[in-house]
Amino acid sequence: MKTKEITVHVNGTPHTKEVSTRLLLVHFIRDDLDMTGTHIGCDTSNCGACTILLDGKSIKSCTVLAVQADGKQVTTIEGMANGAQFHPIQEGFHEEHGLQCGFCTPGMIMRAAELLEKNPNPTEEEIRWGISGNLCRCTGYQNIVKAIQYAAEKMSTEAETA
Amino acid sequence: MIPPAFDYHAPQTLEEALSLLDEYGDDAKILSGGHSLIPMMKLRLAQPEHIVDINALTELEYIREENGVIYIGGLTREVALEESDIIHARLPLVSEVLPLIADPQVRNLATIGGNLAHGDPGNDHPAVMLALGATIVAQGPEGKRSIHINDFFEDFYMTALEPEEILTEIQIPVPPQGSGGSYKKLERKVGDYAVAGVAAQVTVDGSGACTSAGLALTNVHYIPFKVTDGEDVLVGSKLDKEAIEKAAGIASEQCDPSNDLRGSVEYKRAMVLELTRRALRDAANQARG
Repeated sequence: MKTKEITVHVNGTPHTKEVSTRLLLVHFIRDDLDMTGTHIGCDTSNCGACTILLDGKSIKSCTVLAVQADGKQVTTIEGMANGAQFHPIQEGFHEEHGLQCGFCTPGMIMRAAELLEKNPNPTEEEIRWGISGNLCRCTGYQNIVKAIQYAAEKMSTEAETA
Repeated sequence: MIPPAFDYHAPQTLEEALSLLDEYGDDAKILSGGHSLIPMMKLRLAQPEHIVDINALTELEYIREENGVIYIGGLTREVALEESDIIHARLPLVSEVLPLIADPQVRNLATIGGNLAHGDPGNDHPAVMLALGATIVAQGPEGKRSIHINDFFEDFYMTALEPEEILTEIQIPVPPQGSGGSYKKLERKVGDYAVAGVAAQVTVDGSGACTSAGLALTNVHYIPFKVTDGEDVLVGSKLDKEAIEKAAGIASEQCDPSNDLRGSVEYKRAMVLELTRRALRDAANQARG
């Protein structure tokens, strides 16, 4: 029983694979599914680069086993855009220069996705606490906060007109 | 880093989980939030042959109040506690510690039961539970038993839990009118383990005299440290400057921190002294209303 067949729904598509029980979810996503948008930074659940949504909750995929995601919904950065159209959070990072080297960006965006889902109009302080589990080594936090504020505004306008 | 190989079990009922633990005993580790266990496995500090993943046991995720006691299921996530009106209204001390534990992603998975069962003196819940006088319920092959929190932390990373037992519930008495609590944590960065942490919980009567006190420390001793002698000084006092100074002095002297990356022994004692003053002052002000 050191391997197990699992089915994980990634960005809406089910993927069934026989995996080693010790395989980490981040490696399943990157190596088994070839979706390399999710990054591995510290590998110790500190930096947040590997953040994805598991059943809608932001989690650090370097500290979850792939077998734990069996039967669950995973959303990665690849699942955010609608075709060629950016998700409002991606647009925010683009418009507000929310990235420099870009390494932390997928994790920041996935964390911001749950943050805005729970709190559509966060204060600056709530955003800063909300991304406290994500490190940007370019120290570009000012613009990351602005990017999330941009997205919050855009998403509430869209929600109103919808 | 990839953890060493193990056999993976995902029981769907508590009974099934208990029978697996009964079968594998010491060779098995329970996986709940996994944010202590998986990092330890990556570093080969833990190499269990069997992993019993209890995340499907959603019957262990609850927060409810009954007859003056808050009952919390062992598998309750930190985020559920953070979002609970009962916790905010009834246990301000717990509500204060929650945002200081790790970070939002970790709190989405991490559980209060895991935080306590891991027996890590650096975790924040243990000191809070010592200050509140909680009771731990463990279920094993022979049924349930209750363990008072004062008897729970036995040694470095060792608790009173047997390998065959699951921590199923935490029971916290609702503090009476005239109570206040505060947790003070000094950390190098958000989400880090404490350089030092102090949990204080006090109750005062109509005259302002302290009728009960809980005082406990995080990460400055080989186990979560209950400062019994400091509590004794506080009870019966008016929680005035003198009593608080005395209790803080006892906390700082009696704890036994180690010299590490988070600071020297001398520095940590100095921080315990100041954090204890602040925690007690805030708890006393809250209690006086």
